[in-house]
Amino acid sequence: MLLQIHEPGETPEPHALERGQAIGIDLGTTNSVVAMVSGSHPEVLRDAGGDGLVPSVVAYAYDEPLVGRMALAELARHPDLVISSVKRLMGRGAEDIKKLAGALPYEIAADAAAGGMVRLKVGDRVLSPVEISADILRALKARAEASLGHAVEKAVITVPAYFDDAARNATKDAARLAGLEVLRLVNEPTAAALAYGLDSASEGIYAVYDLGGGTFDISLLKLQKGVFQVLATGGDAQLGGDDFDHALAEWAMKRTGINGLTSGEAKILLQAARAAKERLTTAPGAELKAVVAGHEIRQSIDRGTFEILIEPLLGRTLRACRQVLADARLSATDVKGVVLVGGSTRVPLVRAIVADFFKQEPLAGIDPDEVVAVGAALQANALTRGSDTLLLDVIPLSLGIETMGGIVEKVIERNTPIPVTKAQDFTTYQDGQTGMLIHAVQGERETVDACRSLGRFELTGIPPMVAGAARIRVTYAVDADGLLTVSAEERTTGAKAEIAVKPSYGLSDDEMADMLRDSLTYAREDMEKRLLLESRVEAERVLLALRAALNADGKLLSEAERAEIDRVAHAVRERIAGEDRAQIHAAMEALDRATHDFAQKRMDIAIQMALKGQRLDEVEAGMATDGAR
Amino acid sequence: MAVVEKLGGDGAGAQFVPCWSCKGPVAARALFCHTCGAVQAPGAVDHFTRMGLAPGFDVDDALLEKQYLGFQRVLHPDRFAAKPARERAIAQSQSVALNEAYEVLGDPLKRGIYLLRLRGVNSAAADDKTVSDPALLMQAMEQREALAEAESVDAVENLMIAVGAQAIQLLSDISRAFADDDLDSANRFVLRLKYARKFLEEARLKRAALES
Repeated sequence: MLLQIHEPGETPEPHALERGQAIGIDLGTTNSVVAMVSGSHPEVLRDAGGDGLVPSVVAYAYDEPLVGRMALAELARHPDLVISSVKRLMGRGAEDIKKLAGALPYEIAADAAAGGMVRLKVGDRVLSPVEISADILRALKARAEASLGHAVEKAVITVPAYFDDAARNATKDAARLAGLEVLRLVNEPTAAALAYGLDSASEGIYAVYDLGGGTFDISLLKLQKGVFQVLATGGDAQLGGDDFDHALAEWAMKRTGINGLTSGEAKILLQAARAAKERLTTAPGAELKAVVAGHEIRQSIDRGTFEILIEPLLGRTLRACRQVLADARLSATDVKGVVLVGGSTRVPLVRAIVADFFKQEPLAGIDPDEVVAVGAALQANALTRGSDTLLLDVIPLSLGIETMGGIVEKVIERNTPIPVTKAQDFTTYQDGQTGMLIHAVQGERETVDACRSLGRFELTGIPPMVAGAARIRVTYAVDADGLLTVSAEERTTGAKAEIAVKPSYGLSDDEMADMLRDSLTYAREDMEKRLLLESRVEAERVLLALRAALNADGKLLSEAERAEIDRVAHAVRERIAGEDRAQIHAAMEALDRATHDFAQKRMDIAIQMALKGQRLDEVEAGMATDGAR
Repeated sequence: MAVVEKLGGDGAGAQFVPCWSCKGPVAARALFCHTCGAVQAPGAVDHFTRMGLAPGFDVDDALLEKQYLGFQRVLHPDRFAAKPARERAIAQSQSVALNEAYEVLGDPLKRGIYLLRLRGVNSAAADDKTVSDPALLMQAMEQREALAEAESVDAVENLMIAVGAQAIQLLSDISRAFADDDLDSANRFVLRLKYARKFLEEARLKRAALES
């Protein structure tokens, strides 16, 4: 008997290639980068001037949104119509934004208070962060298509490891709006490690210190034989280089006595602060210059003063480093290498404190602004063309459920490897209770108020029983993208409810449908096209499986039986070539009926063989234990 | 799905099911169909079998990790990114099962509780049931008092060293009990290990509080 372990990905089947080339996208707070693997090398896609960075800035000054440098150029003329750092708002609600009040130069649309995802007022338009991110993604997609000369439909998009479920869902929604299928959401530090790991074939524990524009991540990975295993991850979703700009801008405002800036003026001052910060990376001093509210601000600052301003922020990053080492039960000396990611790691003080903390000079061989996109491109290539590398990631924040008194019961602890499924049993607290509200939350704190609400749904149809008699099993399933699905079942009756958690601060299905309708890049036909593709892939799978079965056991069939199966299989093949999904399905059902007796015969033969003592499982059990190499 | 059982063998391992993809016979424990190559749903096997390890309390961590990574290498859903949705979903359930087995077998406490359950013993360490081991309760109380009174990092660390040594001793006690098939003792030692772990966790928190 043949014992072939099919190595998926090693020999991509024809349809795998048809699915086309996938790109890697680092959708950053400040800058975004798109890269792809051409030949065997990852390459950042650059503009005519050789610049790989696309500022994550969108200007809504004209009919068509402008993205990147062109958008930045509009800042002086239309400060109110230029939106930057929108990543910080992904999956956020109006309540979250209040906490950041003053720190963000946005005008929040009034109706955002009604709950749901925050909306921004941009001139006449009201836009969600998802739509704005989709505009950035469209620009990146266009850059890739211009470089390739044909359409691109698939991407690996990176997110901060510390992104919660709501922000991950928002990112996926933005990609859908931009007409991109997300093959995987990959955590930024993991992508960075992938970019380094490929070059050096390193083994051991590596730390990835990722200080971007708006988020800080620290991850510990174990690298061995092409497997990138995330041991623990942590960070601060509200800490980044933007905060350095704010610290500088506030310092300048205090020194000049200017206050009460409009959001447009604040943007101009922040832009000037950023320019000064960047100069301080190489120069010992810089001047912060801006004209706001009719005043000219002109302040000289030396590097030492700047470092005093940002030191408390860096202290917060080190606290997260200590936590993540404790979570992984490791000490700083166990770390073999430290990878720097994010433009903010160019700041000399950042490098110095990281070197001091891990007692070694950090690695910075790959441009810290581009390293994440390079990793994303490698992963996109691995997923579409096959690869020996494998990413094993973890869930960054604990997932829990609200119980009596607003207390959170953790269902999945942070740093649990994904994909993962965990179930817990709950019961009713009132006699005759027939419904139960399930409230999924994410975070490390013990009360619901201190955690992030992901979604609520109700399990109904619980038969009336005395309090405590019902057995309700709640199951949390997290997929490889880190996205949660919750289901609940009353076990004595089988009453069921299931939701893919649509985050409280995400887009409702109706909103998403409206946006898709409005979107030019993703019309209804695209949706149909995608479903047709999926049906073709499934039909190809059925035909391949049938061919294998016929090769192995075709001798069980009479000539007439064989001819009939071939005829029906041929009909499926014809339908695959067509454009009608319903016909493909009908043909597959006909094939299923036509092969029913053949399948039965194959099972019967196996039973007879087993009765003769040729136990199939003895041969095949070997497969179950030999799979690990 | 129809499971054909007891086909002229001892019954336990002699099961096979129709492959979901090509409909032909495939061993219930097989990862891939030998005919069409399709990945199969995770069978209802214990964690040791899933990892290809002999059941028992003594697990070689390096071997466990090697098996885990080896299986993930072929079963992780990323390996099936270009495959139909159904195949991807099956790969995901395989990957979930591997993660669960790795979590349980990689942790001596969870492993001990799990082994007891396989042997039909529902350990008190598995949930927060009341404990009736007066010696254990007395010791736990004393240790907690000592921790509450500790006022320096050194004092906390000395307690951690003492309880850590107990925990290490308990590992060999549990191992011996399972080897001797003495499930009562194994159960008792597993519960003690749980208390020692809890104490160490609290001590770590206190040390962190004292350090900052």
